Amino acid sequence: MTSTFLPDKRAGRGAGAPPPAADRRPPGRTRRRALHWLTAAGFQLPALVLFMGLVLLPMLFALYAAFFRWGGFGMPSDYIGGENFTRLLQDDVFLGDLWRCLVLVVLSLALQLPFALAMAVLLNQRMRGRAVYRMLFFAPYVLSEAITGILFGMIFAPDDGFADQVLGKVGLEGLGGEWFADPSTVMATVFLVMTWKYFGFHMMLYLAGLQAVPRELTEAALIDGASAWQRFRNVTLPLLAPTLRISVFLAVIGSIQLFDLVWVTTAGGPDHHSETMAVTMFQYGFKRYQVGYASAISVVMFGISLVFALAYQRFVLRRDLEGATTTMRGDGK
Amino acid sequence: MAVPLLYAVLSGFKSTDELSRNPVGLPESWVTSNYTQILGSGDFWRLIGNSTLIAVGTTVLIVAVSALSAFSFARFAFRGREALFTLFTMGLMFPFAVAALPLFLLLRSLDLLDNPLGVILPQAAFGLPMTIIILRGFFRQIPGELEEAATLDGCTPFGFFWRVLLPMARPALGTVSVLAVVTSWNNFFLPLLVFTDAQWWTLPIGVQQFQGQYSAEYAKVFAYLVLAMVPALAFYSVAERQLVGGLTAGATKG
Repeated sequence: MTSTFLPDKRAGRGAGAPPPAADRRPPGRTRRRALHWLTAAGFQLPALVLFMGLVLLPMLFALYAAFFRWGGFGMPSDYIGGENFTRLLQDDVFLGDLWRCLVLVVLSLALQLPFALAMAVLLNQRMRGRAVYRMLFFAPYVLSEAITGILFGMIFAPDDGFADQVLGKVGLEGLGGEWFADPSTVMATVFLVMTWKYFGFHMMLYLAGLQAVPRELTEAALIDGASAWQRFRNVTLPLLAPTLRISVFLAVIGSIQLFDLVWVTTAGGPDHHSETMAVTMFQYGFKRYQVGYASAISVVMFGISLVFALAYQRFVLRRDLEGATTTMRGDGK
Repeated sequence: MAVPLLYAVLSGFKSTDELSRNPVGLPESWVTSNYTQILGSGDFWRLIGNSTLIAVGTTVLIVAVSALSAFSFARFAFRGREALFTLFTMGLMFPFAVAALPLFLLLRSLDLLDNPLGVILPQAAFGLPMTIIILRGFFRQIPGELEEAATLDGCTPFGFFWRVLLPMARPALGTVSVLAVVTSWNNFFLPLLVFTDAQWWTLPIGVQQFQGQYSAEYAKVFAYLVLAMVPALAFYSVAERQLVGGLTAGATKG
């Protein structure tokens, strides 16, 4: 399948077996091997330059700058060791960020994803207008978080916003409120908007996963007398597990990195009650010029993402991703 | 689901006065001036132009660079291939926010602030991992016999890539292009950092600024929001299949 440009391709063909040991090669092959390597590397070069220069290098620099007291001009010179990090541990806003991140993760997993799954199962039936529903549910995903956020900022505006007025009309004035402006409801409102925007995306993932569940299996279960719930629980759900694991992964990473939506609706307010790590980082880095400290926030954010991603990959995704990081035999599904 | 969108469309046809009297129903008289005013202003079209320029630039760059890299990953065996590929897959979990600060400083020192390249290059760099993973999967499905035949006919690796592989992979290239366009179009954070000059603002930034400027004139802001949504939704309705295909392929394979 692979590597037909390899000089010894005949020997290497089949199941992508490793090339024979180099010492058994007749002379003259070394040069061709070098040429082969150069060709392969040449194709990689543009991607590597771009990725190293604009992704890895900035990340490494953030790691470096996190150990300095630094305002962002010139090179960092005032080395303070781990002081930025110890300061983080005493920063109520940052600790609050961690807490809010956890809340968003838990809410997403407990409400958003099951809701998306239920919708996907529903839309997987043969029904009228299925395509229309799909398009409708998925449409919010295509809108930018910024535009979505502004739209809902206006819908949930206190008093004359749409939400309050509708509640007023149906006689539920008591339920209306300050939404984004009240510390006790702001996170719930943010979560509501997140759900509106992202549940369609998860639903689409599940629908794609459901299509891959062979009909014969559910039919066989039906013949064996399994109820709808039993068929779902014992046949569909296990087969959907890889898709579920990916969607959980994406939901968690998304919650850790949340920025746009919060920035345009509340900018972290009122009084930091909806601030996320990314917003805090932005505040310190770009508004208050404490770039060293902001870098420390970046590093912690990265650390959390990385630890989560690695642990998740190691313990949860291993079976599904076997392909992705090594050879991707089969189609990863 | 559609209620917020419908509400915005209808509200755009009302006057701000009416909006507070009659938030829910159909407009008493359909006011079109909110929409026509925006469509008649050069500012709005400039935002669309900027967003388009940046989306197209990003997409061309991502697809070109990723295709080369994915070709090498899919079709060559070379020392360090797996390690390199793992590095790229790890890029999937690098949150942009982490790199934002040093990236900004880097762009500043390269004098790329208030320059579309300052958005295009980083967007392309962060889009690489996903695109490479998807394309590699597709390239692998193209049978090796074709490559042998092309090689026997005297095709160089690049010749094969250019003349055989790319034309055959057109659906896959379409999918990753659609993904890249949507991601670029919706990006808010990076243009927010890079563009201080209003001349370069993209649509999401423009909408935010407009809302800040006209915060009292609700009906106007709604009209603006609706118009800002139109390009994305139109693009989506045309490219729906490719977008969904790309996301699900990317998600289940990445």
